[in-house]
Amino acid sequence: MTTPTAHPAPQANSGPLDIAAIRGQFPILDIEINGKPLIYLDSAATSQKPQAVIDSLVEYYSSFNANVHRGVHTLSQQATDIYEDTRVKAQAFINARDAREIIYVRGTTEAINLVASSYGRANVGDGDDVIITAMEHHSNIVPWQILCDERGANLKVIPMNDDGDLLMDEFEKLLGPRTKFVSVVHQANSIGTVNPVKQIVEMAHAHGAVVLVDGAQSAPHIPVDVQDLDCDFYAFSGHKLYGPTGIGVLYGKYDLLNAMPPYQSGGEMIASVTFEKTIYADLPAKFEAGTPHIAGVAGLGAAIDWVQGVGIERIAEHEHRLVEYGLQRLNEIDGVKIIGNPKRRAGLISFIVDGVHPHDVGTVLDSQGIAIRAGHHCAQPVMAHFGIPATVRASFGVYNTTDEIDRLYEGVQQVFEVFG
Amino acid sequence: MPDRSDLSDLYQEIIMDHRRSPRNQGLPAGHDHYADGFNPFCGDKVSVGLKVEDGVIVDVGFEGEGCAISIASASLMTESVMGRPVGEAVKIFDAFRGLLTDTGNGAGSDDLGDLEALAGVKAYPTRIKCAILSWHTLKAAIDRKAEPVSTE
Repeated sequence: MTTPTAHPAPQANSGPLDIAAIRGQFPILDIEINGKPLIYLDSAATSQKPQAVIDSLVEYYSSFNANVHRGVHTLSQQATDIYEDTRVKAQAFINARDAREIIYVRGTTEAINLVASSYGRANVGDGDDVIITAMEHHSNIVPWQILCDERGANLKVIPMNDDGDLLMDEFEKLLGPRTKFVSVVHQANSIGTVNPVKQIVEMAHAHGAVVLVDGAQSAPHIPVDVQDLDCDFYAFSGHKLYGPTGIGVLYGKYDLLNAMPPYQSGGEMIASVTFEKTIYADLPAKFEAGTPHIAGVAGLGAAIDWVQGVGIERIAEHEHRLVEYGLQRLNEIDGVKIIGNPKRRAGLISFIVDGVHPHDVGTVLDSQGIAIRAGHHCAQPVMAHFGIPATVRASFGVYNTTDEIDRLYEGVQQVFEVFG
Repeated sequence: MPDRSDLSDLYQEIIMDHRRSPRNQGLPAGHDHYADGFNPFCGDKVSVGLKVEDGVIVDVGFEGEGCAISIASASLMTESVMGRPVGEAVKIFDAFRGLLTDTGNGAGSDDLGDLEALAGVKAYPTRIKCAILSWHTLKAAIDRKAEPVSTE
């Protein structure tokens, strides 16, 4: 019997990272764009994938493909093992207490929708308050708007200052007996602020509110311990964590998840069905209706193994150096303005170039093989706060180098040559 | 995939000139047609106002901020439809749209004059919306649409 390949740690899990060796594991980094080596600075949109993750998808479909939790046959059992082993990996990755607190979803967006729809509808009523922050991605705004509209609840927003830091005093003022839910981004995708989520959770809990942390950007960049944060829900996406698209995780405290009504219904999420009554399955199956993205789960497992092998602390340290160096280089350029100056920043730098629209900056950089994101980053309220329509965003992954930041610096100089 | 290392086809001199000094910026006094346009992809907004007398566009102007392509396209648009009968302006819009989406050699297309400088946008599918936004907004203004138009 074949078993899934254990993906070995890419290198010794201590000391500085060998970035050349890491880059060698990402086949896409060898391609050329417009005749130039690809400089991929868009990992906040989606990360590139190491060979181990790519192989895990091929291996799954080549050797283990079957439906999970259904068959008595060997292949189904193997697929189920991969599926459930990954759950344990995800549990360990964020230090959840129990693997049943890990729910597979399509991504962070679906996780937030699940909580807003299931927990929200059951617990948020007329006149209650839901609090988010001024730096949310649209995916952590719209589900709560819909909930509040439906329930007659109020959506309140923790403001931020021009550095891109939340005004915690204002948050304290927003909290009250009607605060039912607080949903906050851990690391802002538009400006890179890392929010003090542990403090936010503590303050919200003091008022009896339940807290969701949107970890789409933080999971790949910051060591996360959900027990230490004491958050009630935490959501992240596989594809930003070097894994496949279409798979993500919702963590929720067992008692909360257990009390929540199902989000979607159908097969897999039931214990028994008659035409009169359905008994729902226990966690986590209750929230996993239908045939799941099993290959995606296999890929997520490989991605978590890979990240754990490298070491999330070392990834964070490397990216911190990249951010510091990027800030230093970009600040050297007259006519470049960095957006936000948060106390703690991770993974990315947003900036604008005097007199040149971010789209044009993006096109000039693309002509040099440099992939950045130009736009509002699905955070239009953040753009409105800074009075700009869009920014250029350079975001980093473990495979980026300071040489690439030098190329970005040169690329921005080229923008001035074209638009001077 | 076209090679996009050479930007000179995209940012032609005529486009850079209109970006630097947009023509007919600002809504014309006493305009009787008006529409707002919005590109949800990038958040850019543009407004177009027209003054129409006896079926002829006697004045046209735009307001808004955007990338080089969107500003140049709006500016070139106002020049191309100024003084034209409304029906002719709509025909130019159709021909211009054809220019941006046509994958052929362009043979037999109408002579679009300076607008042809925007043909390079064809190689940049994500930028076509930048070039077409002001035109959709013009069309909406002609139709006196009350709702903001979108490129989506």
